[in-house]
Parts: sequence; C-alpha cells; structure tokens
Amino acid sequence: MASIIDVKDLSYTYPNFAEPTLRGVSLTIPRGDFVLLTGPSGCGKTTLCRCLIGLIPHFYGGALTGDVVVANLSVKDHSISELAQHVGFVFQNPENQLFALSVEKDVAFGLENLAKSRAEIRKNVDWALDLMGIGGLRDAAPFELSGGQKQRVAVASVLAMKPDVMVLDEPTSFLDPVTAKRLFDVIKNLNDELGLTVVLVEHRLSLLSAYVKRIIVMDEGQVRLDGAPLDVLMAKEARALGIGIPQIMQLHQSLVEDKVRLDKPATSVDEFAAMIRSLLQR
Amino acid sequence: MIEVDQVSYTYPAGTQALQDISVTIPEGDFVAIMGENGAGKTTLIKHFNGILKPERGRVRVDGVDTKDASVAELSRTIGLVFQNPDHQLFSETVEEEIAFGLRNFGFPEDEVAQRIDWTLRLLNLTQYRQTSPFLLSGGERKRVALATVLAWNPKTLVIDEPTIGQDYRQKERLRQFFAELRGQGRTVVFVTHDVEFVADCDPRVLLMYRGQILADGSAQQVLTNPEITAKASILLPQIAQLFHQLQDLGFPHEVLTVQEAKGLLEPVLPRGEAHEGL
Repeated sequence: MASIIDVKDLSYTYPNFAEPTLRGVSLTIPRGDFVLLTGPSGCGKTTLCRCLIGLIPHFYGGALTGDVVVANLSVKDHSISELAQHVGFVFQNPENQLFALSVEKDVAFGLENLAKSRAEIRKNVDWALDLMGIGGLRDAAPFELSGGQKQRVAVASVLAMKPDVMVLDEPTSFLDPVTAKRLFDVIKNLNDELGLTVVLVEHRLSLLSAYVKRIIVMDEGQVRLDGAPLDVLMAKEARALGIGIPQIMQLHQSLVEDKVRLDKPATSVDEFAAMIRSLLQR
Repeated sequence: MIEVDQVSYTYPAGTQALQDISVTIPEGDFVAIMGENGAGKTTLIKHFNGILKPERGRVRVDGVDTKDASVAELSRTIGLVFQNPDHQLFSETVEEEIAFGLRNFGFPEDEVAQRIDWTLRLLNLTQYRQTSPFLLSGGERKRVALATVLAWNPKTLVIDEPTIGQDYRQKERLRQFFAELRGQGRTVVFVTHDVEFVADCDPRVLLMYRGQILADGSAQQVLTNPEITAKASILLPQIAQLFHQLQDLGFPHEVLTVQEAKGLLEPVLPRGEAHEGL
C-alpha cells in the first residue's frame, strides 16, 4: 500500500538541549490509516508531530538526522507552507488557532494565504463547514462559541485545505467527554468516508481504542509498541510503560491471570458485556 | 468551610452561569465538580476566593462573607489553580514563579527557599527549577501552576482540571498527592471531566447542569447513574457501563472499579484453560 508518511531513523535534539528528544524513530503510515500516538509525557510524541508538519526543523531549529517524508515531500527540503497543503495540524487548545472575526474567515484563512480563487475558497469553506456540521455558525465570532464548537472550527480550517493527512495533538483536552466523543465520531467519519489519514495524539485510550486502526506507543524518544489496538493494549509492556489501559482490558487481564476462562479480549464495553453474557449462559 | 447560599450569577454578556445554587463544603472535604462545558463549574469556584462576587445570595468562607474580604485575603486560605496555566504563569524560571506568591504573602526569604524546595519535590519538578515555564509541556506547566499555589500552603486547594495533559503515571501521583492532602485535613476541590480519575480517587461528586446542582453524592452513587450522567454530558466509566448492561443478570449496578468488578465476576465465570476450536 502507498505510504503517506515515511519516517526513517529520525533523531532530533532541540537547540540548547543536551539530550536528543527523538532517538532513531522509524515508522510507515499508509494512506487512509487512523493512528493513535500515545506515551508518557516527555516521550517525544509532540516533537514527532512537529516533525511531520515541518515546524521541526524550520521553526524550532535544532539538530535533525534521518528522514521524514510526508506526501512524497521531504520535510527538510520543503517549507512549512508547502507542507501545510498536504498535512494539517490541530492544536490542543483551539484558542491558540482561531483569531479571525468570524468562523467563515477563520476557515478561509489558510486558503486565502495560498492565493486560491474566490470560487475555490468558497467551495472548500462550504464543504468543510458542512462536514463539521457548523454551517449555521459561519457568521459567529469564534469567542462566542463553546469549546466543542471552537475545536470543530479548528478542524474545519484544516480540512478546508484538503490535506492528505491530519495531525491532532490532544484535541479534546478542554472538552467534556460527550463533546470529545462527538469530535472523535466526526474524525472517524472523515477517515471512513474520505480516506483522510489521521494521526491523533491522546491519553484517552478507553474512549479511543474502539475508534482507531493502530496504536503507536512511544517512550524516551523511541517507538516501543506499534500495532492493532488490542495487541498493543493487552501487551505486558504497555502496562510497564504506564499508559492508561482501558478498564475492561485491565479487568480481562486480571481475570485471565486468575485462571478465569475468557474469550478474545474486547475493545468496547458492548463486546465485553456480550462475552460475559454468553459465558454465563453456556 | 465554604458556604454557598442561593447564589445566582450572570456574566455581563448575559449568560446566566449560576442559578440559585446552594452547597456547603465542610473543612477536610474532598470534592470533584463535574458537568458539561458551560455548566457553571469554573464560575462556581471563582466565587470561593472572591474573584467573582454573587449577584444574588452569598458566599461565606470560614464565616466571612466574600463581599467583605479582598481576593488577596481570601487567597491566603483558598488557593485557586486556574484551568489554563498560561493565564497564571509569567516569570522567567519555575523557581521565580513559585517565589512570587510567597514574597507577596510576606514570607521571609529562608522560608521562601524551603517552601520552593518542598513544592518542587512534591510535584516532581525539581529538574525544572531554572527552566522557563514556557519551555515546558502543557502538563508540566499545569503542575507549575499548582506548585505556585501549593507553596503558600492554603487550607483549601481549588484546582480547575488538574489532569489535563497529565499522563497515567502523573495522574497516579496526583491521586496519591490528593490523598496526602486529605490526610493532613486539608480541603481539596477540583473541577474535572476525567471520570476514570474520579472513580480512582473516590471523592464526593457535585454534578452541575446549566448553573445548578444536578446531583450531590459519592462517586459510586453519581457515576453509576446513567440517566443523570447522560444529562450532564459525562460518560460512565467502562466498568459502570458494563454493569449497567449486565443488570438483568442480577449483578448490582453501582460498580465503579476494576477491583470490585473482578470480585463480582470471578466467582461466577468458568475456570481453566480455554478449549480453542471446540
């Protein structure tokens, strides 16, 4: 399958830092993948995201070795604005991203900077607002919006650029769980329907393990685990790394350790409940 | 003790954030305030140290009406940590950040130094003593903001979203830290969306909805009730969801932790090696 992100033996040290933050990271992400990137704080996941969008090395400087290729562009050789047409970035706090007087202007901003035609800007903005379900908010000022609405505007402003890849760094930190879940539903839909490649940094594993296709766990600047959600989360090493294993998977492991006979582990509560029900009725 | 008595508050733009709300937080209490974005959680805690004064009703802290005291006076007993650490941090180094509040309260320099050491250790920030807060990650900055308040040792700590940006290990540390504060008889109030953290901490839960208190009870009572949590945009912890689904099989539904769940399931499930393919 054609890969959209290729990272080869990437190491990186921030200016004035004695130690590298990334140490030999290699990974390949095929087009259409939905990847959850997680790991303890300081593991390098945000730094890796900065490499994918070119903020490293172009904005942060520092010492980078190895290769990062996104949508066939080597990030070392292309500017942040060239890369932005292929890879979009959504920040943790939408307030750091929204600044225009209206939602519509915010969503149009990136396209205007690329000097696209008015017709194309209008078409892309309408499309993005519609996909995010915020067409009714087009004339609202960003500061009038709720946290969930702001984050949808931030995603729409990235979508309007029609990127191949969307990178989101803890986009739901400031959202209540139901609003967060709605945002994940929308993102999953973009992945399913448009084939948009998604790289999502998050700690909320219990909510996300049923959404994503793949989980990558980093620690101390390296990739430690990489695979299907169940394989990664049920691995012994995942517990040792101190990532929050979802409650039903902890329960599964704990029961199996005490010689209870269970079927395959489940990623969702519904599946787990169905398994318990069938075991009790056998 | 914090007494909130029939308080209403409307923001200048016209949003009514609190509606005739009454709640008492006795000394030594451990309280999680939960509810959807815009439910009034932050507005409520801003009343505790007088940053906001009630439009109707009154708030008393240890018997003193917050209208009769300055924010500085109230802050000596009620330390408030804001949601976004960037609204709170401004110094060049983490050490200076913590020293600032202490000097404002008139602590002598030797005590300022001691308290800085103590707080940095407690919050696992010692290696960042000379670092600019703005070079730290969001989760680390959040801990620095907590450190600045903790340093002057207020009797009551009120923290808006303590687990934002914290990984699993830091959350576990935070939980132990809260337990220690409780052990010292301190009052701890925190605002959070993190149901799993609340399930692990087991505080009293105040669930807010549209400027009012929708539920007030133990974590076990509140976080296992699907009707009221749905109304307040809270997702039940996975174990609570599971036992809600299994209720018809005769299991209790107020189950919140993996440990309790295991205790209930282990005796009734089949044991032994799985027979693949049979």
